[in-house]
Amino acid sequence: MKHTISVLVKNEAGILSSVCDLFSTRGYNIESLTVAATIDSVFSRITIVTNGDDVVIEQICKQLNRLINTIKVVELPKSADKCIDRELILCKVSAKDDVRSEILRISEIFGAKIIDVSPDTYTLEYSGDNRQVMALIALLRPIGIKELVRSGMVAITRENQFINLSK
Amino acid sequence: MTAEQICKTEKMNGARMFLECLRKEGVDKIFGYPGGVILHIYDELYNCDFIKHYLVRHEQAAVHAAEGYARVSGKPGVVLVTSGPGACNTITGIANAYYDSYPLVVFTGQVDSKLIGNDAFQESDIVGITRTCCKHNYLVKNISDLPRVIKESFHIAKTGRPGPVVVSLPKDILTCKTDFEYPDKINLPGYNPTYEGHPIQCRRALKKLCEAQRPVIISGGGVIHSDAWKELRELARRLNIPVATTLMGIGTFPQDDKLSLGMLGMHGNYWANLAVSNCDVLFAVGTRFNDRITGCLKRFCKDAEVIHVDIDPCSISKNVHVDIPIVGDAKNVINVMLNEYNTGKYLYNEELRKLWCSQIDSWKEKRAIRAVENGIMSPQTVIEHIYQKTKDKNAIIATEVGQHQMWTAQLYKFNQPRQLITSGGLGTMGFGFPAAMGAQIADRSRLVFNIAGDGSIQMNIQELMTCVDYKIPIKIAVINNGYLGMVRQWQEKLFDKHYSQTNITSPDYVKLADAYGILGIRVTKEEDIDTALDKAIAFDGPVIIDFVVEPFEMVYPWVLAGKPLNEVILSNNEAGAGD
Repeated sequence: MKHTISVLVKNEAGILSSVCDLFSTRGYNIESLTVAATIDSVFSRITIVTNGDDVVIEQICKQLNRLINTIKVVELPKSADKCIDRELILCKVSAKDDVRSEILRISEIFGAKIIDVSPDTYTLEYSGDNRQVMALIALLRPIGIKELVRSGMVAITRENQFINLSK
Repeated sequence: MTAEQICKTEKMNGARMFLECLRKEGVDKIFGYPGGVILHIYDELYNCDFIKHYLVRHEQAAVHAAEGYARVSGKPGVVLVTSGPGACNTITGIANAYYDSYPLVVFTGQVDSKLIGNDAFQESDIVGITRTCCKHNYLVKNISDLPRVIKESFHIAKTGRPGPVVVSLPKDILTCKTDFEYPDKINLPGYNPTYEGHPIQCRRALKKLCEAQRPVIISGGGVIHSDAWKELRELARRLNIPVATTLMGIGTFPQDDKLSLGMLGMHGNYWANLAVSNCDVLFAVGTRFNDRITGCLKRFCKDAEVIHVDIDPCSISKNVHVDIPIVGDAKNVINVMLNEYNTGKYLYNEELRKLWCSQIDSWKEKRAIRAVENGIMSPQTVIEHIYQKTKDKNAIIATEVGQHQMWTAQLYKFNQPRQLITSGGLGTMGFGFPAAMGAQIADRSRLVFNIAGDGSIQMNIQELMTCVDYKIPIKIAVINNGYLGMVRQWQEKLFDKHYSQTNITSPDYVKLADAYGILGIRVTKEEDIDTALDKAIAFDGPVIIDFVVEPFEMVYPWVLAGKPLNEVILSNNEAGAGD
């Protein structure tokens, strides 16, 4: 079962290593991990997508909390009415004459942008939730994906729920 | 001019500032070994009258000694070593303290900031290397951070679940100068250990214990850290609940008490393991349910409701499913429970308790049987004699790891906490001797014994000279059976007696003692044990006693790894199929 964990950390050297080491030494999986500074550059937010049963996820959250430089650890709710998640992908597709229009049609349907064009390729930029991203990749795959770069998932809670600095 | 005045009047270099920070933390003893990049601190130490530095012979021993010091004094042990090899040699010691949750602050030198990452001479990424074996670590990048980092290090090491903190000090930080100001407040927004247990959970736990028909308490090392042993003893006696201890919890409950079950686990008492296996409510305090005490996890307390008190939330429901978790300091939690009990609203059924205790008493009739009876001096006999000779002397007993460690845990009746010093979690051979040194340094008035195996003692035997230098009069009892006994025991039972690489030779310990200028005694016969012990205790200085014992003795009771706790082997005649 997939879980998204949002970790607010003090922006100090080694904190990303500490988080990654924790996953590897304790045998947890990381499906994706993104990290960047928050509005306050003293802090960074790490969004981790991982999998495991509830006991494992509880341990992961506790272990993350135990790191001295983590300020807050929250497992984000899975339902879409409580939490929004997005992933950015850049996808270079081989675009020979006969499929160029097909790629354009697909990208139009998804609302993806063509950000680079060459005689043989199109590069698409797209952001969406996991289901949409996977659907787009599934459609482009038979046409011929030359290169795929994914940002990993970021997520935010809806409305008035904040993950703020108070622990 | 006093140090206070110096602080105000002139800028201070990092090396001097380091010592002033230690002074502010009340540190007066450190264990260490000098080297290139840390020389500026050693230069400041040259004329320092408020810190006594103990020069060891190997950095690993410095860390173990600091841990021994921490275990006896309750204060963080402090280590100072150089970069590269010096820092790398501390790893085992750091990991050992991390597993057993003892507070250390380990300062390691580092190459000049500008050289970091260039594979400079004696450079090692100690922050990276220790990341998963210490509570927290720092690389000091700016001299103005130094006082804050040191303040935080001591705070982190000794609060919450204690543990080792590593601070890497680049050479240039030690030489540049700035104003010294020691912070008086800690600002660590991500670090707030929970000390107060949730009162509702405490009440639930108490209610559950009173309702229980067959309750058992497991007292772990956390009871020592939180100084909760008095409270735990009171709770057990008021509610009439039998108490088993883990290896790390030995001494938290007096073994001569009628409620004491002694140690549980792989080599624990038969009745302790059976009591835990058959209980209906388990009250576990300050233990992390290591596999050595649970045996087969699926079968561990499978019909019992588990109440678990620990200051580290990660320990709760990590291995064993917990029904009533209480995150908090054991002393506070048990105090809340005792106060609640005093209201008189809680009653337990005394008849059922009596029944349970008599059930346990009936299990006590089954005891381990010695493997070999051939007239050769047995290792257990030696340890029993050490106990008899030292029991009224408030002695500290440090052990290494292996058969002798388990026999000591089984046969020495510890009644006080901080009396047994042993490596539990990491199981570090070579830990006991340097730890005993640190213990003796922490309390010069106590008699300190190091019960060692012939394998373990050779792992840090170089420290004999440190004992000579600083007149550390510890008594080393080498239980010399010519084998790495515990491994040999596994080979005998599980590997068709293929004693692969476990036959280990020793130097002549009496001659070795002579070379170091200390007292060496060899004992081969049971009737000579007492005389040798008397002589060793009376001798004003370090002593090695070489007890040449039966090689093929086994540690029983024995629960084979992965087996449930109630499948106890008590003698060589049992296959281990269980009860």
